[in-house]
Amino acid sequence: MKQFNELNGKVAPLDRANVDTDMIIPKQFLKSIKRTGFGKNLFDELRYLDEGQPDQDCSERPLNETFVLNQPRYAGSSILIARENFGCGSSREHAPWALDDYGFRCVIAPSFADIFFNNCFKNGLLPIVLTEDQVASVFEQVESNEDYTLKISLENQTVTTPVGEIFTFEVDDFRKHCLLNGLDDIGVTLEDEEAIRVYERKRETEAPWLF
Amino acid sequence: MAGKTLYDKLWNSHLVKERSDGSALIYIDRQLLHEVTSPQAFEGLRIAGRKPWRLDTNLATPDHNVPTTDRSEGIEGIVDPVSRIQVQTLDDNCDEFGITEFKMADERQGIVHVIGPEQGATLPGMTVVCGDSHTSTHGAFGALAHGIGTSEVEHVLATQTLVQKKMKNMLVRVNGSVGPGITGKDIVLAIIGKIGTAGGTGYAIEFGGEAIQELSMEGRMTVCNMAIEAGARIGVIAVDQTTIDYVEGRPYAPKGENWDLAVAAWQDLKSDDDAVFDNIVELTAADIEPQVTWGTSPEMVLPISDNVPNPENADNATQKEGISRALAYMGLKADMPIKDIKLDRVFIGSCTNSRIEDLRAAAAVAKGHKVAATLKQALIVPGSGLVKAQAEKEGLDKIFIEAGMEWREPGCSMCLAMNADKLGQGEHCASTSNRNFEGRQGFGGRTHLVSPAMAAAAAIAGHFVDVRSFVDTASEGVA
Ligand code: SF4
Repeated sequence: MKQFNELNGKVAPLDRANVDTDMIIPKQFLKSIKRTGFGKNLFDELRYLDEGQPDQDCSERPLNETFVLNQPRYAGSSILIARENFGCGSSREHAPWALDDYGFRCVIAPSFADIFFNNCFKNGLLPIVLTEDQVASVFEQVESNEDYTLKISLENQTVTTPVGEIFTFEVDDFRKHCLLNGLDDIGVTLEDEEAIRVYERKRETEAPWLF
Repeated sequence: MAGKTLYDKLWNSHLVKERSDGSALIYIDRQLLHEVTSPQAFEGLRIAGRKPWRLDTNLATPDHNVPTTDRSEGIEGIVDPVSRIQVQTLDDNCDEFGITEFKMADERQGIVHVIGPEQGATLPGMTVVCGDSHTSTHGAFGALAHGIGTSEVEHVLATQTLVQKKMKNMLVRVNGSVGPGITGKDIVLAIIGKIGTAGGTGYAIEFGGEAIQELSMEGRMTVCNMAIEAGARIGVIAVDQTTIDYVEGRPYAPKGENWDLAVAAWQDLKSDDDAVFDNIVELTAADIEPQVTWGTSPEMVLPISDNVPNPENADNATQKEGISRALAYMGLKADMPIKDIKLDRVFIGSCTNSRIEDLRAAAAVAKGHKVAATLKQALIVPGSGLVKAQAEKEGLDKIFIEAGMEWREPGCSMCLAMNADKLGQGEHCASTSNRNFEGRQGFGGRTHLVSPAMAAAAAIAGHFVDVRSFVDTASEGVA
């Protein structure tokens, strides 16, 4: 998993509440055998005017020019900001996979759906909860300033605006440790690599037919 | 100190580390892989730049999506694009990572839960996992075996371990011997009928008692296979001479000095006499009749001599509602005799009942008969290429074909209808598989779970019959 520490990134404002996992990645794309390549279908129904199909060349599809990600000023954004209850719906991990594959590293909202929130940490994405007012103020600033960026420090648990305003956020110690060190569930287990090797050596003498 | 259960012993011998939150890191000796639940696990490894921890513990084969008809065109011949891509991806991943795979054209290909034991890749005392809930099957060997999800498949590939919480212990004891014509399938359906589909939730179930000890390994696998239908992810049976005789000489089984060491160690793979179980359930084997499910859950099961239940006789409103809904979906009338349920198709196969003994039992019934004229199809799908070859050596294929049944290539087939083998809407099927959920065998399909002999008898009669009396009246050539 990718490490997350400092991020200085462009912000895309998605001015919606209750963005659900179907909206993030519609279900016709879930039959895939992959966990990458979902970026081109992120927010498919909002982004394109036609109905998307798996394995389609998206460069030919008619774009919804008004959708935030289609506006040139937001190209290359790595931070997404949205309204409350972001990521509600199903438990599928395809939603964080799609956000990550598109290039987002961080999502800011006043609240998140539980499972989605957890799934973000498992996939190297940082979900940040700010207050309604803080989110509202960022929305205002992003929309009135081109190339608006935020500076995020996971270490210090802060979001810094271009004018030097600092918002702090909460994050569970264990999850912070994992994200700072790029540890997914497997990474956490591999911190016990030595214990596994010790077990194997002992087991091999007891049950050599298993080795 | 109280003695240990078999499950306790298996748990303890695989414990790598206990964690502060009550979970534990458990070492995995064998992982079986198939095409449906592995692709994203392999991709996860690739993205993270990880390698499998121990290649030789993994064994793969495609089963869920493979066609059971003509395979001369290979993977290209799989019509459904998603199925084709999944099978191709498994081949590619196994080639890339160097994992042993029995590909579609390999005679050893088959349903994961059939080939593991058949190859001796499942051994007593092992931990066995697979991205499939019927991994409980392997518990028949005194192994700690259960299904896992795709992210856990990746976790096992990368670390050779799993994070688990220990289950509670349940003993299901089947006392005495079963009567003639009663199989492992009837025993396990009777158990599920008694404890319900949630009866084993949170437990590892050990199956014991004379009736279990008297079963062959095939019969024991059928019983453990359906532990998951009783809510238990794990089913286990103590190791005895039957287990050891089955394992000896199989390709992946230990040889020479290692064999002797292993057999000595396996003697301890049973619960201690003073072991403490959190729950004990007992059944009397002699009371078990051939079982037939009438509803849309494996617990909706009755003896062949019984009548379909009447919602009016239900104990409470929830149960009444459940019975009414199931009867409506199944298109059955309350109080009608189970024997009057007419069948459109018969499916003999799946990881529950597709081993050589199952096919022999079905052939013994079918021999010298013809399937009912009203039947649209009777499918016989062996569990592996080796089972198929053995059956052909014994001439079972001819018996089935002469009876008007279809003899197919190995795979999951109509157990879950992921390939082309499916029920039509409203069709009734006598099936030797393990799940009779709505739509499991095809949209609107109606599944009745039975043993292979009962399925064969139903194919010939066109409706359910008691295989025991069927044997009496049509005894020609019956073993
Ligand atoms: S035969 Fe059926 S239950 Fe068994 S592994 Fe295949 S699909 Fe699953």
